[in-house]
Amino acid sequence: MSEQVESLIRKDYSAGFHTQIESDTLRPGLDEEVVRFISAKKEEPEWLLEWRLKAFRAWQEMEEPTWAHVSYPLVDFQALSYYSAPRSMANKPKSLDEVDPELLATYAKLGIPLHEQEALAGVAVDAVFDSVSVVTTYRAKLEEAGVIFCPISEAVHRFPELVKKYLGSVVPQKDNFYAALNSAVFSDGSFVYIPKEVRCPMELSTYFRINEVKTGQFERTLIVADEGSHVSYLEGCTAPMRDENQLHAAVVELVALDDAQIKYSTVQNWYPGDKEGKGGIYNFVTKRGLCHRNARISWTQVETGSAITWKYPSCILKGDNSVGEFYSVALTNNLQQADTGTKMIHIGKNTRSTIVAKGISAGRSQSAYRGLVRINAGAEGARNYTQCDSLLIGDRCGAHTFPYIESRNASAVIEHEATTSKVSDDQLFLCQQRGLDAEKAVSMIVNGFCREVFKELPMEFAVEAGKLLEVSLEGSVG
Amino acid sequence: MLEIRNLSARVEGNDILRQLSLSIRPGEVHAIMGPNGAGKSTLGNVLAGRPGYEVTGGEVLFHGKDLLAMEIEERAREGVFLAFQYPVEIPGVSNMEFLKAAVDARRRHLGLGELSSFDFMKLARDAAKRVNLDQAFLKRGVNEGFSGGEKKRNEILQMMLLEPSLCILDETDSGLDIDALQVVAAGVNAMRDGQRSFIVVTHYQRLLDYIVPDHVHVLAAGRIARSGSKELALELEAKGYSWLEDEGV
Ligand SMILES: Nc1ncnc2c1ncn2[C@@H]1O[C@H](COP(=O)(O)OP(=O)(O)O)[C@@H](O)[C@H]1O
Ligand SMILES: [Mg+2]
Repeated sequence: MSEQVESLIRKDYSAGFHTQIESDTLRPGLDEEVVRFISAKKEEPEWLLEWRLKAFRAWQEMEEPTWAHVSYPLVDFQALSYYSAPRSMANKPKSLDEVDPELLATYAKLGIPLHEQEALAGVAVDAVFDSVSVVTTYRAKLEEAGVIFCPISEAVHRFPELVKKYLGSVVPQKDNFYAALNSAVFSDGSFVYIPKEVRCPMELSTYFRINEVKTGQFERTLIVADEGSHVSYLEGCTAPMRDENQLHAAVVELVALDDAQIKYSTVQNWYPGDKEGKGGIYNFVTKRGLCHRNARISWTQVETGSAITWKYPSCILKGDNSVGEFYSVALTNNLQQADTGTKMIHIGKNTRSTIVAKGISAGRSQSAYRGLVRINAGAEGARNYTQCDSLLIGDRCGAHTFPYIESRNASAVIEHEATTSKVSDDQLFLCQQRGLDAEKAVSMIVNGFCREVFKELPMEFAVEAGKLLEVSLEGSVG
Repeated sequence: MLEIRNLSARVEGNDILRQLSLSIRPGEVHAIMGPNGAGKSTLGNVLAGRPGYEVTGGEVLFHGKDLLAMEIEERAREGVFLAFQYPVEIPGVSNMEFLKAAVDARRRHLGLGELSSFDFMKLARDAAKRVNLDQAFLKRGVNEGFSGGEKKRNEILQMMLLEPSLCILDETDSGLDIDALQVVAAGVNAMRDGQRSFIVVTHYQRLLDYIVPDHVHVLAAGRIARSGSKELALELEAKGYSWLEDEGV
């Protein structure tokens, strides 16, 4: 591959600034005392503290998984701080006017204005800064429709029955190493409840920002769509540029009750580290949805950031006729590593799943698709379609696919297609011969490759995602 | 408008063009014929600036400017168009999006404003009709799943929209049935306006029945071995290229 292409894929990270703000950051290290501290800080009820402690004890017995196609020095969990909050958030602001202007400025700089009159019409935002939720917009309007959209720390107090019933119901505390860690120390995140038969009147979104040094972010999101309801939810993430690696271990649980539909989109742009692979976020995330009868859960993700991504948004298709979808674009550049994919567990009859995974590798990066399709014995008439495409830019990167198929029902139909292609010199030359500059050409080719996934994103974000890819592939600026 | 003087070029260490000279005036059509491997495609690629083609000598003036000093996209924006012998596919990038980006790039370069999507669409639809491509092709990925003939017609479509001043057609007629050949020829003829010039690389007289050249050149062993009027093409068709070698050129 030509040097020219190589030079095009250097990365410029525009969200890499740090906000100068005073924070209360807990001493590094993790023990029961820390778990109790976090729980007390949030004035949690006894049951939740017990729930956390149970997770913590389980975590102590577990080992960090090493099966993913990524390599990095094991994380020193005792060197991290597990709680950090802007000091100004100590007495929770009652309204936007009371929020520290530095915080608001941070989000504005990231393109997320939190004043409702300036915000994207039709999108409500929960802004999470390090360990706390700063503000949630459009709450009044949502509450008119009966929709609950608030920080999970608040939901614990206001809607304890809902939280108690569903927290950990899809991702149990002991599910895996990082999920257990998250369950023990999760700080904040969003809680969503859509009542029966309600179509959520606007897009909901959470924007996660890691700011403080040597902290981990452990957010927890829980979305419950009651019978016949619909919701579309989007999360975005960024972090400052730092030389140390930072840990982000989130858990997202989705519950789609009978006939409900949840569309969950992610635009992940955590700091990826520099060209030599220094710094960057370790993104170790557990996301899973449970579909009841006739329900549909659709995951769409555009993953461009993080030094390491370890993430498998999954669907448990428990109810008959339920549908799971996974559309993914994962772009790795420089020394980034991604091991991402999905799990589709078919339990109910006539359950259907679709997987479209697009991996783009540039620089010296490594990206792997890892997907499991499991058809249980009772899943009569289950169907899966998997399409898995890799695009290589340059010849020093790698793309790998690890499909696992387990079928215990002979009536199931499983289709799998995989391709690997390159941005060829010929394609590039064609574009340039028609007058496009090389950067525009590469981003156009890459966007074309991702088209099937981008069309699944909500409109406003599809444009954003396209731009993000363009920036991620930009060379002349960086 | 194009002045090639003693152009030498090398590909992968092999000298392919050897002191080739050729002069083209505005509005002329020059046919280039010659045996396989003679360097015909190389000439087009060198003019367009394709990476891997190393110029080892000579110069090329295009509208009086030093063509070889320009970047690939600059040459294109200045008006050099190469219709490819083997057009590549760009999956997922719609033909329309691609064409608009290309036309906008050229228009910006010429100091004209970008076209509105609406105006562009009208132009593109019209051009598609003229090359007998269904409108649906505008929405499909660039050359994605197109047949050989459709790809070639798509090249002509691009040429029509970009309105270059020098069109280089590299074996655009190869693999075309007679209907498609006529569509391509009609497209080219419609673009002849007394100013725009053409280099038409072909092996076959039949294309030149439709696109009548002002000059015919035989390219052999990296240089113009013989030049003549359109009758030269007929002679080549009858006798092949070997008589040229027998004459010791
Ligand atoms: N990209 C390339 N890499 C290696 N050799 C090439 C390349 N392009 C052309 N050549 C060589 O240059 C010579 C001329 O090729 P070409 O210009 O394609 O001839 P023509 O178009 O007249 O058939 C041939 O020997 C061919 O093998
Ligand atoms: Mg050729």
